[in-house]
Amino acid sequence: MEQLKQKHKDVQGIIFINLIRLLFLVLVIILLLLLGKIVVEGSGILSLEFVFDSPRNNMTKGGIGPAIFGTIAVTFIMILFAVPLGVFSAIYLNEYAKDTFFTRVIRTSINNLAGVPSIVFGLFGLGFFILFIGRNIDDVLETGLLFGQPALLWASATLAVLVLPIVIVSTLEALNSVPKTHRDASYGLGATKWQTIKHVVLPQARPGILTGTILAISRGAGETAPILFLGAAFFLPNLPVVDLCIGDYCIPMINPTEQFMYLAYHIFILATQSSNPTKTLPIQYGSTLVLIALTFLLNITAILFRYRFRKILGRL
Amino acid sequence: MIAEQSHITDIKTPDRSQESSFGKKIKKSIRIKERIIKYFFAVNGAMALVFIILIFVFLFKEGFKALEHIGFLDFIYLDQVQADGSVKRVYEWYPTSAEARYSLVPLILGTLLTAIPGTIISTIFGVAAGIYLSEVANPKLKEFLKPMIELFAGIPTVVLGFIMLAVGASFFNDLLNPVNRLNAFIASLGLSFVIIPIIASLTEDALHSIPNDLRMASYGLGATKWQTIRHVILPAAFSGVSASIILGFGRAIGETMIVLMASGNAANITANIFESVRTMTATIAAEMGEVSQGSDHYYALFFIGIVLFTITFFLNLIAEIVISKMRKKNTF
Amino acid sequence: MKEVKISVNNFDLYYGEKQALKNISIEIPAKKVTAFIGPSGCGKSTFLRVLNRMNDLIDHVKIQGEVLIEGVNIYDKQIDVVNLRKRIGMVFQKSNLFPKTIYENLIYGLKINGIRDKKVLDETAEKTLKQAALWNEVYDRLHEPALSLSGGQQQRLCIARALAVEPEIVLMDEPASALDPLSTAKIEELIHELKTKYTIVIVTHNMQQAARVSDQTAFFYLGELIEYDKTSKIFTNPTKKQTEDYVTGRFG
Repeated sequence: MEQLKQKHKDVQGIIFINLIRLLFLVLVIILLLLLGKIVVEGSGILSLEFVFDSPRNNMTKGGIGPAIFGTIAVTFIMILFAVPLGVFSAIYLNEYAKDTFFTRVIRTSINNLAGVPSIVFGLFGLGFFILFIGRNIDDVLETGLLFGQPALLWASATLAVLVLPIVIVSTLEALNSVPKTHRDASYGLGATKWQTIKHVVLPQARPGILTGTILAISRGAGETAPILFLGAAFFLPNLPVVDLCIGDYCIPMINPTEQFMYLAYHIFILATQSSNPTKTLPIQYGSTLVLIALTFLLNITAILFRYRFRKILGRL
Repeated sequence: MIAEQSHITDIKTPDRSQESSFGKKIKKSIRIKERIIKYFFAVNGAMALVFIILIFVFLFKEGFKALEHIGFLDFIYLDQVQADGSVKRVYEWYPTSAEARYSLVPLILGTLLTAIPGTIISTIFGVAAGIYLSEVANPKLKEFLKPMIELFAGIPTVVLGFIMLAVGASFFNDLLNPVNRLNAFIASLGLSFVIIPIIASLTEDALHSIPNDLRMASYGLGATKWQTIRHVILPAAFSGVSASIILGFGRAIGETMIVLMASGNAANITANIFESVRTMTATIAAEMGEVSQGSDHYYALFFIGIVLFTITFFLNLIAEIVISKMRKKNTF
Repeated sequence: MKEVKISVNNFDLYYGEKQALKNISIEIPAKKVTAFIGPSGCGKSTFLRVLNRMNDLIDHVKIQGEVLIEGVNIYDKQIDVVNLRKRIGMVFQKSNLFPKTIYENLIYGLKINGIRDKKVLDETAEKTLKQAALWNEVYDRLHEPALSLSGGQQQRLCIARALAVEPEIVLMDEPASALDPLSTAKIEELIHELKTKYTIVIVTHNMQQAARVSDQTAFFYLGELIEYDKTSKIFTNPTKKQTEDYVTGRFG
């Protein structure tokens, strides 16, 4: 009985477990310091004018309005391309396609595509969208050089291909998480495939699909490398907007054939290539804070959605 | 073997020639809507597939032209004739000089010199964080920390590049006095911010997927927490943890913005982590905007794209195989 | 005189290369309860799913032979599997209610048949809940989540949901295996009442249950139908040695 009273000392264990704690703590502290630095430096310049105004005085004054507009415009068009295509193909792959060697190869390719460097997608966008599709449109429509050059449309299309695997994979996951027993119940009651998908599968998978979509938006909005040579511009005096007129009635529309400013690109270009990086430093921090806030907001929304999603599924 | 039916011989079998009401009720319906919907989804699936195939096709089509225009050996070295007539073998990347040099050696070295230290740093912190989350942290704290890790994984890389440029470079310049202010070490630190969350969350997944029975069995035999982690959990999760490191390494090789902003971008041949280097990704990013379509330089950049694509595709494939093997092993 | 509802002739089923059902022939009487018993993996659940073609949903399944319901081969090309399943209700091992309200679960089968008339839906809901002896327990909370019900209530709601489309045959795949004895008793009582209107086929691994609820019993072993007879005969005086070993508890 004496032995039981004696407290066993696992010296090695104490050392290693505390080492793990320490490493984790160091990590958290570094992250908080960096985040704190961005918040402190960035919030100094943050104001409504900063968010909405154009850059002035050779980028040393003014705001980032056009860059925010460009980011929203590009990701908006990206979503129009990527989400329907991604969600519908995932539905086909998961609900209709038979499990064959071929479909398994496709699934693996999609998984791996999500890990291909984003710069490679940029190459694809340049070679395929601009030089192949764009130039051919120009030839056919005889528009001169309109589509065959870097532009908002092609940046959006390229980012759409980039986030397509993300949308497909997360939709597949969401569809897969709907229990097979629920499908059985529906088929057992004489429902058709589409009825089962519409009434049983999709309602349960919706938060999961939404999570994937939001993550895709966040990824697209933060991506810089592929759009470096797809139409992102250092400075543009005008927004990429065109008036679409039907008779006398005009509404401003995003002009997809123009170049654009982009928040993430703006940070990169100010930090590395502006004539006076020190003078623009406050603007760099401010832009960074806005971009981080934007992606955090999107990701937190996605996380909350998924939390709800798992809670629904957890009750089953 | 047919069952004995002696006791139900008084059963009256319905006349099969006469169609019963049941037969009418289950007659084939033509479901046009159902079919249209199916084809609609199929068309979308096919389009997505076409895009995936196009990526392969276009990249390789443009990239392989480089081999016609430049030649495979030229991607490794160039034998330069010196003024005195002697021949000097150079490993240089100078695509825009009069005598263009296309050696990928400095770029590959630059990539490895940023990706390997980045992966090592990330492995130490990432695995530690994974163990902490799965085994050490109390469940409530974990509930909060896991989404935090995910949040940090979502930070745009341009932000990390900017931070390394604006804060990290100056800090380490004063501290370590490196050869160049922007260097491979600064870039690898920046990369770590991207890779640590990947390794941490996949390690946590791998550890978490280990059945609790195994832990209980170990505790039941009187093992301490560390002994359980060291001798039971980590060996069982070994393949999952390795897969996370492979994935992290692939991500480090493919990352562009951080190395473009923090590595200094000089195509040096060096093993010194404190010198400026230039990676494959940064080369594409910096030069693609200026090349003219159809030039040797243009195809050379696509060739780099193929190299990157192939390396990361295979690293991901290996990781996926390792992970799926682990899943099979862990489902009892 | 009894009437044959389902008659199966020389039926084989393969999962890929593996043969799961071997040359099954059986005649299932109308408006009686027929129980399939046998050790797990013997093919009894697979065979149940043959009867409403649920196996169609699984890839790589091959079949051979015919299944006649009222003389019509349900594996005929002319047959619509969706319409077929409307005529044959199915209750599964674990309750698989949709994460919707009690009411929405009940009328799901009607809704997918295009019935929108609120009055019809309400009446059917009440009728089937009464049939499933659940009305008194849930009438005041029809619009609450179905998953808030107890396990036994959930399973009875599953039965009610299956009855709402007015099938002729009800297939039950171990409907009480996940339930406590009290809920099981209620389900068995329910089965007893339902057989006046429906042809019921029930798979169970619980031999007492088979003995209590069924009129006919079929014993499956390793994908074969070993013996099929009146329940009383199977349990008191089986012909085959394997059947005797199983019902007396010597294996399985």
